[in-house]
Amino acid sequence: MNHELTLTNKKMKIFKDRDMQQLLGHVLRTGTMVSITVVFIGGAFFIYRHGQSIPDYHKWNGIPNFIRTASGIFHGIGALKGQAMIQLGIVLLIATPILRIVFSTIGFVLEKDYMYIGISLLVLGIIFFSMLSGHAG
Amino acid sequence: MTILIFTLILLVGSYGAGLLGSLTGLGGGFIIIPLVTLLLNVDIHYAIGASLVSVIATSSGSAAAFVKEGITNMRLGMFLEIATTAGAMCGAIVAVYIPTNYIAVLFGLILIASAIVSLQKKVISVEHTKSVLAEKLKLNSSYPGPNGPIEYTVTRVGGGFVMMIFAGLISGLLGIGSGALKVIAMDNIMRIPFKVSTTTSNFMIGVTASASAVVYLQRGYISPGVSMPVVIGVLAGAFTGSKILVNSSSSKWLRLIFAVVISVLALQMIYHGMTGKI
Repeated sequence: MNHELTLTNKKMKIFKDRDMQQLLGHVLRTGTMVSITVVFIGGAFFIYRHGQSIPDYHKWNGIPNFIRTASGIFHGIGALKGQAMIQLGIVLLIATPILRIVFSTIGFVLEKDYMYIGISLLVLGIIFFSMLSGHAG
Repeated sequence: MTILIFTLILLVGSYGAGLLGSLTGLGGGFIIIPLVTLLLNVDIHYAIGASLVSVIATSSGSAAAFVKEGITNMRLGMFLEIATTAGAMCGAIVAVYIPTNYIAVLFGLILIASAIVSLQKKVISVEHTKSVLAEKLKLNSSYPGPNGPIEYTVTRVGGGFVMMIFAGLISGLLGIGSGALKVIAMDNIMRIPFKVSTTTSNFMIGVTASASAVVYLQRGYISPGVSMPVVIGVLAGAFTGSKILVNSSSSKWLRLIFAVVISVLALQMIYHGMTGKI
């Protein structure tokens, strides 16, 4: 009796984990495809406008000012600037694994797995702290 | 050289890197850095930025497939991500204060370590030892095998965790996924079956790289002109590699070529770093 109970419990848990695997797979695939498409379109604009210029990457001098901020990137996209579109695509790409953790957290909430809700939130917290510390430095 | 030519060279080179990285299972990130710095004379900061972005792309793309198949151990990945993200954050912050020639030498050493790992014999072992910590953290799991699910247990959780902090640190410092170090931690220390360790490492690499990429993005390491061809090339190469892998059974000679190529690149990076050319 007791054995049967644990068996059904186990089955239910496997089923739920499988749901989560499908969800995370979906998030990762969609995120990658969307961001790479944006990078590709931006690349086409960039080559079209600057293809004949001379590249200047021998010395590190940061990135152009207009793509340093979120508002700058969106203005740049409005002006059809390829580099701004590429940068948006890259930001989306960086956000994809972070979004995966957000969805894992939601998954663990649905599974009522409190320990792993905590662990996921801790990982998210470290990444957000990393963002803030990068800004300060 | 115009931007058009520069982009095309990078596209082709990154495609090759992505293909090789996927066929050997070590990722294309660390071939990109020597390729871009030594061949195209691009500053190592931009190379690190572009490599990180390509690492995230390939990790997310391939992890999507593995996680759906149920091979990836999600809980183990999530737990170890505490270590890798914390390490990566520290690495990315410290990177600014370390002279680039030191980074180049360190990079060369890690490349050689990766070459050795890629040549290691893969022993398929399934552990059944009891570990209290692994049980508490629900890390023991199973993966689909030809005759139904194969159960396995995880050992030496603490040791693996410490190794993962180191892997994250290197990843943040050098802009690579440090998949080789992750596999060492999971294969050799925690005794996880090879199939699970490689897919779980892949699953984690994206998050580790993102943790340092948010720092690098704000620092201006991630240049659109360099990253665009690299990320497209590497992803396309990795995709091709995943299709080839299904058909070919033996990749032993490929691993050997790969190990030789990265060892040569590693020695070059070390030489350039020591003579102050980078």
